[in-house]
Amino acid sequence: MYRYDTLDQNLVDERARQFRGQVARRLSGELSEAEFRPLRLMNGLYLQLHAYMVRVAIPYGTLSADQMRALAYIARTWDRGYGHFTTRQNIQFNWPNLADVPDILDALAAVEMHAIQTSGNCIRNVTADAYAGVADDEVADPRVYAEIIRQWSSLHPEFSFLPRKFKVAVTGAPQDRAALRVHDIGLRLCRDSDGALGFEVMVGGGQGRTPMIGTTIRSFLPEADLLTYLEAILRVYNMLGRRDNLYKARIKILVHSLGAETFAAMVEDEWHQLEDTGPALPAHEIKRIRAFFLPPTYEDLEATVPEFEARRRQDTAFARWCQTNLARHRRSGYAIVDVSLKPEGGSPGDIMAEQMEAVADLAKRYSFGEIRVTHAQNLVLPHVKLAELSAVWEGLAAAGLETPNVGLVTDIIACPGLDFCNLANARSIPVAQRIIERFRNLDRQHDIGELRINISGCINACGHHHVGHIGILGVDRKGEEYYQITLGGSSDETASLGKVVGPSFSYDAITDAVEVIVTTYLAQRCQGERFLDTYRRVGAQPFKEDLYGIAQG
Amino acid sequence: MVLLKGDQAAQDPWIRVADEDPVPDGASALLTYDRWRRDRDRLVLRNAPLGIILHSEQSPLPIADDLPRLGLVALEFPKFTDGRPYSHARLLRQRLGYRGEVRAVGNVLRDQLLFMRRCGFNAFELPDGADVGEWCSAFDEISVFYQPAANGPPSAMDLRWPAESPAETPVSVFGMRGY
Ligand code: SF4
Repeated sequence: MYRYDTLDQNLVDERARQFRGQVARRLSGELSEAEFRPLRLMNGLYLQLHAYMVRVAIPYGTLSADQMRALAYIARTWDRGYGHFTTRQNIQFNWPNLADVPDILDALAAVEMHAIQTSGNCIRNVTADAYAGVADDEVADPRVYAEIIRQWSSLHPEFSFLPRKFKVAVTGAPQDRAALRVHDIGLRLCRDSDGALGFEVMVGGGQGRTPMIGTTIRSFLPEADLLTYLEAILRVYNMLGRRDNLYKARIKILVHSLGAETFAAMVEDEWHQLEDTGPALPAHEIKRIRAFFLPPTYEDLEATVPEFEARRRQDTAFARWCQTNLARHRRSGYAIVDVSLKPEGGSPGDIMAEQMEAVADLAKRYSFGEIRVTHAQNLVLPHVKLAELSAVWEGLAAAGLETPNVGLVTDIIACPGLDFCNLANARSIPVAQRIIERFRNLDRQHDIGELRINISGCINACGHHHVGHIGILGVDRKGEEYYQITLGGSSDETASLGKVVGPSFSYDAITDAVEVIVTTYLAQRCQGERFLDTYRRVGAQPFKEDLYGIAQG
Repeated sequence: MVLLKGDQAAQDPWIRVADEDPVPDGASALLTYDRWRRDRDRLVLRNAPLGIILHSEQSPLPIADDLPRLGLVALEFPKFTDGRPYSHARLLRQRLGYRGEVRAVGNVLRDQLLFMRRCGFNAFELPDGADVGEWCSAFDEISVFYQPAANGPPSAMDLRWPAESPAETPVSVFGMRGY
């Protein structure tokens, strides 16, 4: 993992001190809320429906066990004993007092964390593949570059007042686990024909009320040019992005209105002129950062472990968990463990302080002290020996974290919705809970197989409904909560936007509607097809008939 | 208005000339871009300092050739959230090599001063009654800069890799702290 040197630490300490002064000015009345607002937004502090909310950056979703413990401490000391992991790999605390926020920032700084640029119209906390460094299909570790981008984008003097927020994601593998195509910039590490490392650069993806799939504007950018190229993209956007209309201010609108080719040409032109004055990325700096992400000292292990296999045969609960919550590690004898934060009755992404500590302990003992946060609001223990999976599973079970549903119908992404968010049209969390309850039967879930349901409480799409296989969007119909369904969305390397299937459903009817869709899929599917495959083959018609035909007939 | 130059209050010799008013003889005149374009032929014959004020949507690139004549380029922030002048200031300094005064006018806030200075602004119009000393303390709140920019102290990259150090060991790996 990256470790701060004195420079990194000084910046975070100074920033916390600066914000302490600003909070004091606010509390004394010297600053009005209007004057305080831009300052707090630069430090991840939002004013929500009931209280302040502080959003803590977890750069590229990587946490140490000690950092997780610090988050637990914050949750217990200054919040209501829990935190909420977001789709951008961050964590939110929903109930802090304003006067306590400087202490929270100090507690974060003590473990090399911060809340910088988790809000505001700036370059937001950069995200990456949650399996970085351990996925068996990886070309190179995206965290190296994500950290380089974190530093370059932090308190960037030119790009802190962009037309709108700006999100960058990086992956190092062909399989896209970071939703590159729905980011303002998506970077995919790849090699050219000479074996040199570089990036495929995608721009202009996004969700919100005008969802768009990003376009590749450069198929190979040498790694040394990463920062100057980013600077060129951001400068073109900063100067030309729309500022007259909040809803047309994202870079996707600029790329769309200019045309991707024209936009790309403008970026190339700016980039060539930037060569001398832009931020260089010398090989020795890449090497310095890479040294922090070298693989841990793995043991040489057999690929099969008899005790593990035996338990899988004998213990169905364990076997089920293994089936959904393990991913292939690049090293033989190790597994990647997904920890589901989607238990029955819970809110997607929520975790209690005690559970954070349990995960921290397990990470320390069994996973080289490392934890990841996924964009599906789950956690990952990235390197667990096959022989120790039993112990990890038992440890998770003791903390109520053994839900065996990763990637299944109940592994729902949901935004906070009307329960917390002042922009919401409708509740999201209770809808997720009802669906989770409806599909609680594990045999049935496993039979249904891979299926992603994403729920947003309004058109801002924080719950990524456009890219859910089944997307659910809260809308307001004459003051009542209604839900519009989209089908066929995906955020992986075959990214697509879901299409609206028909008229929306009431709060009480939405769970039934989801069940109808699942039943239709099961009736239509061919051997081995996932929901998305079936939908792409048969189209929306059978779903429409089953959803509306009967009701209308 | 209080004028801050560098880190001190200063007198402002510049007179802002409305588009329809005559340009005063012998005085430092600050004109809009439109006025400059309209009367350029006559204005270049004038024998007193000239400055141009650019609104946030006006790039400085079209006045590149005029820069040697200009004693001041004022960049206007209509709202502090309009970040275009940051890019324009860097273009002035780093692409066009302008060395005269670049002044931030409009909705200038204390907590943006440091960003502005790093992009190349060296003068700032503060609101009436601003305590210059207090505003200037904003320059000192952050001392670490990750990016090279138009102005200011060396970047973290420069400090980690000073030119004379062998390219094997970064300088600041000392001081790694445990927790
Ligand atoms: S999608 Fe809407 S309701 Fe949900 S968190 Fe975002 S803004 Fe709030």
